[in-house]
Amino acid sequence: MTLGKSLWAIIIIKLFIMFAILKLFFFKDFLNEKFDNDKDKADYVIEQLTKPKHTNND
Amino acid sequence: MIEYFDSALVNWSRAQFALTAMYHWLFVPLTLGITFIIAFMETLYVKTGDPEWKKATKFWMTLFGINFAIGVATGIILEFEFGTNWSNYSWFVGDIFGAPLAIEGIMAFFLESTFVAVMFFGWGKVSKKFHLLSTWLVAVGANLSALWILVANAWMQFPTGMHFNPETARNEMLNFWDVLFSPVAINKFLHTITSAYVLAAIFVIGVSAWFLLKGREELLAKRSIIIASVFGLLSSLFLVYTGDGSAYQVAQKQPMKLAAMEGLYQGSTGAGLVVIGMPTPGKEYNDNKDDYVFKFEIPQLLSFLGYGDTEAFVPGVKDLVEGGYEYTDENGEAQTALSAVQKIEMGKKARVALSEFKKAKRNDDVKAEEENLHIFRENFRYFGYGFLNDPKSIIPNVPLTFYSFHIMVGLGFYFIILFFAVIILIFQRKLIEKRWLLRLCIFTIPLAFIASMSGWIVAEVGRQPWTIQDLLPTVASVSQIDASAVQITFWLFTFIFTALLIAELKIMFKQIKIGPKEGGH
Repeated sequence: MTLGKSLWAIIIIKLFIMFAILKLFFFKDFLNEKFDNDKDKADYVIEQLTKPKHTNND
Repeated sequence: MIEYFDSALVNWSRAQFALTAMYHWLFVPLTLGITFIIAFMETLYVKTGDPEWKKATKFWMTLFGINFAIGVATGIILEFEFGTNWSNYSWFVGDIFGAPLAIEGIMAFFLESTFVAVMFFGWGKVSKKFHLLSTWLVAVGANLSALWILVANAWMQFPTGMHFNPETARNEMLNFWDVLFSPVAINKFLHTITSAYVLAAIFVIGVSAWFLLKGREELLAKRSIIIASVFGLLSSLFLVYTGDGSAYQVAQKQPMKLAAMEGLYQGSTGAGLVVIGMPTPGKEYNDNKDDYVFKFEIPQLLSFLGYGDTEAFVPGVKDLVEGGYEYTDENGEAQTALSAVQKIEMGKKARVALSEFKKAKRNDDVKAEEENLHIFRENFRYFGYGFLNDPKSIIPNVPLTFYSFHIMVGLGFYFIILFFAVIILIFQRKLIEKRWLLRLCIFTIPLAFIASMSGWIVAEVGRQPWTIQDLLPTVASVSQIDASAVQITFWLFTFIFTALLIAELKIMFKQIKIGPKEGGH
């Protein structure tokens, strides 16, 4: 295979893995998946940021 | 019931981000630097009409093409991770990152990509001058893309130009120019891109040295070495200057990072800069062990570099945890430093006030709303401390930061000596005789990558526990997802990126072995 063809093959395979596999199955947007609107997202994040929590090692 | 931050989730999310960022950075600096070297060569070709310059331009362009093709879009994975693993953080910073990342996208796709196509496929199809312009625009476009990413990173190290909206829990940009031209952003951008130029120069010198050792392509190799060593030396000298600027900014904005970089637990006036040393293993900030097993330092230099005064007080880790030392704030007023415990109390007040503000808002209790908003605003600058419970948790990994910093600086000065030696010998026409130096040039290529990675470790490990300095710690930035999901994708990325790296090295080595073709590819 020529250099150009090898590089194009790598680019296409890489982009396919990234967008058709990783993005679709492993990297869903956490907030978009859970909530429909910005208000709910904001309320959720504020709840996360204000709930008293400790780390496991405390 | 007390809820917990899941340490395993935080650690795996950090490990995954570090892995992808570091693999991504294997490809980026070569692109940033080599495009300028190619542009210089093509300029000489257009000016002189000498086909040897065209041959050199096309050869380095081929190697750039391999790096570009394999590295392109590896950074997008970081953006995937923001949305999935770091949703609290992404929401918290959203409006600030929106503008720089959008501009970066436009730069990368419309400027860089368009002209990359002309650069690779336009030989003989467009005029020489337009082709040259495209090459220069690829170099400028790649560096401008980096600008926006680095501006976003600098904002995390020194949040400025924004206002936190307690109703939406988002930072909103007040002044774009404050974000773009923050002193941390300017220094970070200049320091990072010049480090990339040095790396690319070493790459070109190393590969050219291999040709000289093999007795092949002597003219191309010598010309490439001249261009790269002069470019590398000038970039290195500028790198020292921007490094000094970065150290000053770190001293002002992230003193804990500076203390970790120098392994300085006990602050002092007239603090020296440790050139070589070994921090005491297992050292705790409040024990009586010495800071170092051994050290060689330049007296008073740390005070001078950090504060422009050889007698200035440089706080150590212990001072920063316990507070109580005097310093001058950004308005030039004398202040007594707060302890970590005091900052944690203020942070907790801010968190409670934010919660009460939201409750008051829901209940239409205007008075409680105003009161809590006032408390929140008064304590917001230490909001992130409210997530911490142990004052010790504001200390980053000192040995890792210390060694990374010293490796980066040590290698940086070694590169300057190497560039000098190569320039002198090539002009004396003695470089080919010095075969040990040619071998050293090849051996230096991986060292350039190590130096570059070390710089990022200093920047990112040294600022722990924060994702956004003082406002949001790493533990509060992650999404509430299953740690095992992050673990799976961590190993997936390890596999994919390692495969890409192997492909890069294999194709690159093969192409170097083949060497330049007459008239290019």
